[in-house]
Amino acid sequence: MRTKAGVRAFDVLSIALAAVLVSCLALPVAVLFFSSTPTEVLQGFRDPLFAPALWLSVRTTLVSLSIIVLTGTPLAWWLARSPRGASWGIKLLVDLPIVIPPAVVGVALLQTFGRQGFLGPVLAGLGISVPFSTAAVVIAQIVVAAPFYVQAGVNAFRSIDGDLLITARTLGASRAGAFFRVALPIALPGLVTGASLAWARALGEFGATLLFAGNFPGVTQTMPLAIFSALEADIGSALVFSLILTAAGAFLLFGLRMAPRGVGWLGGFGVRRFEGEPPHLS
Amino acid sequence: MSWRARLQAAVGPLSLDVDLHGLGTVTALVGPNASGKTTILRTIAGARHPERGEILVDGAVLYRSQDGVDLAMEDRRIGYVPQGYGLFPHLTVLDNVAFGLPRAEGAGRGGRRRSRALAMLEEMGCEELSHRFPKDLSGGEKQRVALARALVIEPRILLLDEPLAALDATSRRLMRRFLADKLRERNQTTLMVTHDPRDVEALDATAWILEAGRVVQSGSLEDLRKNPRTDFVAEFAGVGFAPGS
Repeated sequence: MRTKAGVRAFDVLSIALAAVLVSCLALPVAVLFFSSTPTEVLQGFRDPLFAPALWLSVRTTLVSLSIIVLTGTPLAWWLARSPRGASWGIKLLVDLPIVIPPAVVGVALLQTFGRQGFLGPVLAGLGISVPFSTAAVVIAQIVVAAPFYVQAGVNAFRSIDGDLLITARTLGASRAGAFFRVALPIALPGLVTGASLAWARALGEFGATLLFAGNFPGVTQTMPLAIFSALEADIGSALVFSLILTAAGAFLLFGLRMAPRGVGWLGGFGVRRFEGEPPHLS
Repeated sequence: MSWRARLQAAVGPLSLDVDLHGLGTVTALVGPNASGKTTILRTIAGARHPERGEILVDGAVLYRSQDGVDLAMEDRRIGYVPQGYGLFPHLTVLDNVAFGLPRAEGAGRGGRRRSRALAMLEEMGCEELSHRFPKDLSGGEKQRVALARALVIEPRILLLDEPLAALDATSRRLMRRFLADKLRERNQTTLMVTHDPRDVEALDATAWILEAGRVVQSGSLEDLRKNPRTDFVAEFAGVGFAPGS
C-alpha cells in the first residue's frame, strides 16, 4: 500500500536526480558565459583565426545544408511512403552516421576519397583531390548531419494522412502536384526542424572534419577546429570562439522551438487569421 | 448517368470480387468493417489498382484490365470525400474549394476560379467560411466544404466514405437532409459508404451489401427488410435475423 511519505520520498528523489542532470547540462554553459569579459570578447573577434574560421563555417554549412535539403527531401518522401519492410535497409544506412563516432566517419571518408582509397585513383585520374580541401569539409558535414534532416523529414511526411494525397489527385493534381501543393506545405514545419538540427550538427562537426579535411586556416579550419587550435595558443580566444558557437546554437534552438509556429504563419497553417474580405487564392 | 465497377483484387487478407453498378442517383455501399467498402471507393478513384475488372462511369472507361486502360487519378474526374473529409489544413476554405479548378482560370479577386469556388460555397450555404482554415470549422461545416470541393469540379461520380459518421446526432440529421436535397437538386451520381440505414432511406439509395469482399445482396431498404439473406443484412435493415439462420 502506498503511503503519503513514500510518494513524497519518490517525488523528492526524482527531483534531486533531475536536478543533477540539469546542473551537468547547464553548469558548463554558465561557466563559459561568465569566463570572458566584454573586452576579452572584443579581443577574440580580432584574433586572426576568428574571421576566416567563421566565414568558412558559414559557407560550408550553407552549402552542405543546401545539398542535404535538396537530396534528403526526396529520400525522406520515398522512405515515408514505402512499406516499412522495403525501406528498412536504406533507413538503417541513413541513420548509421548518428551512432558511428565522427572519428570513424573521418577514417571511412579517407578510405573512400583518399589517394589510396576506393575512389581515389578514379578521382586522381580526373585531376580531383578531395581530402584536406574545403570540399572535404562539406562532405564530412553532409555525412554527419544528413541523418538528422532525413529522420525529421520521414516523420513529417509519415504523419500526413494518405487520404489528403488521394483527394488532391482526384482534384486534378499530378503526383508532383500533390507533393508540392499538399505534402510539402504540410510537412514544412517538420522539415524546418530537421534542417535546423542538421545545420547545428554541421556547424559543430569536428572529428570527421579533422581527420578527413585537416586543420588548415582559411581552407578547412572551421570554428570547432579554430577552437581546438586556439586552445593550444590562447585559451581566451578559445573561450570567445566557444561563446560564439554557443550563441549560434542557442539561436538555432530558439528557431527550432519557434519554427512550427513561424512556418505555420508563413504557410497559413491555421494560425493566420484573416479579417474582412476573403483572401486571394494561392 | 450510369456506372459499373467490376473488380477483382487481393488486398491484404481480403479477396475482393464484386460487380457493382448504379441503380439510381445514389448508391450505398454497406458492410461490416474490413469488408472492402473503402477499398472499392479508392479503387474507383484510382488510388488502388485491381488485378482484373473494369470501371465505367457515364460511358467513359476509367479502367479496363482487358485493354490495359488505367486512367491516372487526376484524369478520372471523380469527386472523393474520404472519412475525416480530407480538407487541406494549410489552405483556407476558399483555397480548398478552388484546389481542383484550373489555375489558368485566374486566382485574383476578379478571377473565374475564385468566383466559381465562392459560388459553390454559397450553394452549400457556407460562403461566410471562405476565409477560415479547416481547424476552425465544426464537423458539419467541414462536411459541407469537402462536398463543395468535390462537386465544384463537376465530377462524373461522387464517392463519399461514411460522410455522416463523425457528426453528432443533431448535425447528422441536418446534414443527411442537406445531402439528400443537394444530390437530388444536382442529379449527382453518387456512391456512398455508410453504416446507417437512415442514410439509405433518406437518400432514397439502392444498397449493395458487402461481406468479406463479396456482394451478398442489393436493393432498396424495403427490399432488404422483406428478404434479408444474411444476419448482417437483417441487422442492418432492422429486422432481427435472416430466415433460417
